[in-house]
Amino acid sequence: MRIYATYNIKGGVGKTTTAVNLAHLAAADGLRTVLWDLDPQGAASFMFRVKPRVKGGGKALVRGKRSLDDAVKGTDFDNLDLIPADFTYRTMDLLLNESEAAKPARQILSLLAPLATEYDAAFLDCPPGISLLSENVLHAADVVLIPLIPTTLSVRTLDQLTEFIAEFNSRRPDVLSFFSMVDRRKRLHREITDNIFAERQGVAHTVIPALSVIERMSVERSPVTVFAPRSSAARAYRSLWAELRSHGE
Amino acid sequence: MPPGLAGFVASGDEYAWDDEVAAVLGQLGQTFALVPERTGAPGTPHQRRTWFDTFDWRLYRAGLLLEYVPARRGGELLLAPVGDPHQSLARQPVASWRLTTPHPVADIPDGPLASRVSSVIFPRALLPVVTVAGTTSVTRLLNADGKTVARLAVETPAVMSADRPRLPPRLAITGIRGYPGQARRAARIVAQAPGIQPASDTVLADALAAGGRRPGDYSNKVDAPVKEAMPATEAIAVILLRLLDTIEVNVDGVIRDIDTEFLHDLRVSVRRTRAALKLLGDALIAATAVTADELDRFTADFKWLGDLTTPTRDLDVHLLEFGDMVAGLAAARPEDLEPFRSFLQRRRLRASRALARGLRSPRFGALTAEWRKTLLAVRDAGSIGPRGGIPDRSGTTRELAADRTSRAFRRVARQGGAITPTSPHESLHDLRKRCKELRYALEFFAPLHDPAAYGKVVGDLKRLQDCLGQFQDSEVQIAEIRALAEAMLAADAAPAVTLLAMGEITSGIAARQAAARADFERRFAAFAGADGQRRMAALLRGGTT
Repeated sequence: MRIYATYNIKGGVGKTTTAVNLAHLAAADGLRTVLWDLDPQGAASFMFRVKPRVKGGGKALVRGKRSLDDAVKGTDFDNLDLIPADFTYRTMDLLLNESEAAKPARQILSLLAPLATEYDAAFLDCPPGISLLSENVLHAADVVLIPLIPTTLSVRTLDQLTEFIAEFNSRRPDVLSFFSMVDRRKRLHREITDNIFAERQGVAHTVIPALSVIERMSVERSPVTVFAPRSSAARAYRSLWAELRSHGE
Repeated sequence: MPPGLAGFVASGDEYAWDDEVAAVLGQLGQTFALVPERTGAPGTPHQRRTWFDTFDWRLYRAGLLLEYVPARRGGELLLAPVGDPHQSLARQPVASWRLTTPHPVADIPDGPLASRVSSVIFPRALLPVVTVAGTTSVTRLLNADGKTVARLAVETPAVMSADRPRLPPRLAITGIRGYPGQARRAARIVAQAPGIQPASDTVLADALAAGGRRPGDYSNKVDAPVKEAMPATEAIAVILLRLLDTIEVNVDGVIRDIDTEFLHDLRVSVRRTRAALKLLGDALIAATAVTADELDRFTADFKWLGDLTTPTRDLDVHLLEFGDMVAGLAAARPEDLEPFRSFLQRRRLRASRALARGLRSPRFGALTAEWRKTLLAVRDAGSIGPRGGIPDRSGTTRELAADRTSRAFRRVARQGGAITPTSPHESLHDLRKRCKELRYALEFFAPLHDPAAYGKVVGDLKRLQDCLGQFQDSEVQIAEIRALAEAMLAADAAPAVTLLAMGEITSGIAARQAAARADFERRFAAFAGADGQRRMAALLRGGTT
């Protein structure tokens, strides 16, 4: 099972829309896929019309009273399952900290381990911020997908994150960042996106444009690749998925 | 995988089916929002599937269904348990799979499906059983959030035969992971809809029923419908008619050379017929219009038929056991035996052509036609009663069964008891024949016996027969391999290494023969010793020990 995490310290950069669309594309490619909505806001769960509730909450999962497998819900799409968000995930940091695990930063990885035979791909949709949860996610992931909005500050947080990962003693995930919510009409957006390919490695060539059809996902409650499969947004996500699949090969 | 699957079928009159399905949708619509599924998967909306099995239903009897489903490129073989046809045990894409001709196991590409199927059916071929085509429409059942919580699939199949009979629509509720309660609720609603019943039979069974057949409707067992109080002559006719049916139903498979077991079953039925004539023929002569001359003529004709089939079967046995022979080689290499295999195959081809000519001959046609006419006359006279319902002179079936079976048993006990370690081989070969006669006598009248007592007696007898069979067959095989070696030499088709390897094989067979001989006393005592005699007596009295 290959684990992908969509993550950024900043919020509102397109993590959830990316996780939802890429997970759908992975499933449509025939990969048995599961998406874990780790964000207590439950946006990914909402888009798949699944109630953001896990029996026993985050506590039962972290303490091993309920297996992750029990929490899985089938989506409306073949090969694609969801582990819903739960409002108790807002205290996930606390729960991870309180547990008596030998390696507190690797608890999410061990929770995912039993799913490895059942799924080919797992997507983790993380809440923003730097926390023990995000550290857990970075340790669990094979590839961390970082959506960037084309601003100087956003690029700076990418540097911070890359340095943070570089300090890992053990296995480090691959980092693939990509521009999200890009408006080519804005000069700054054009400049930053054009320059970054020259300056940094590990940036996807695909750019996800700022489009209202992506915003409509929360109205349609469906991946854009489903309700507008021929839109330029869906094309962009398909291209990003193709880059992601070939990444690291 | 979808959990909580529940299957239903519409019932009653064909004209009511569509209304019954509409009523189900109406009922479900009161609890769920219903949305037709966009069926993107190829083959889903217009399904065509063909079941394959051996002529004697080996897969079905092993609890397996093998389905071929065509796809855009090639198609797929699907293996499922009989009890749960939606569960996939194995699947295998196949490039060119014919729907009208038999397939030997070798036609299935290597993989889990091929190994599972071949272990069950070998050496039989797969034959198309029936083809069903139909449409499947899927409706998604949504909760208040618009989330799919279950699916209803409605399949409307029809048999792909000349008159294309429609089969009752099948409804299935499939659950979505994490929503088991909703699937159960939907299944309850479907179950309560008028005219809808839980599906107890497979689509295959429905399709066969439309043509007056049922799964598993062929077996080479005697299975004659005899009853205790039936006039004995009628029972004899019923048994012999059943054997004649088995002979006739296998002829086509033998002529087309579909697999070796058509000939095997045909031969067994011929042998049983000859044994029945020997064991029971006098009762026919005494109590019916059949004369001794007529019966002698039929006896001679069935001997001709048996002899006609022998050369091909003997070569079949060599070829079927070839793999084991090769595996048992210690000194010789497997390829050393290849000239022997080619020689056997060429001979078999010649023999099977001669056999096919015999089965197409007027003599064979006349034999089966006249035999059937004779037996029908005996049966119908028996069931009416030759003299206005008064039981005929041959007595009842129970009396006949007890008399002939005990006579056959006494012969086995007497001949076997006289065998000592120094007895000539022929005495064991003769005993084998007597055992076969006894076995057939037991099988002819099997419905009259207590099943448990019958099972024990036949089990012991079978083990004795296996021992005697191993002993005699080994001797025959050694003689045949020697004769074949001579023939290969004469035809200049025998490299020295091949002859050496054949020699090695004969020594292996000789060792098995010696082992069988050493086992004989124990097997015979188990069957015909004091306990065995008590068991047989109890069986024939109609009880158990």
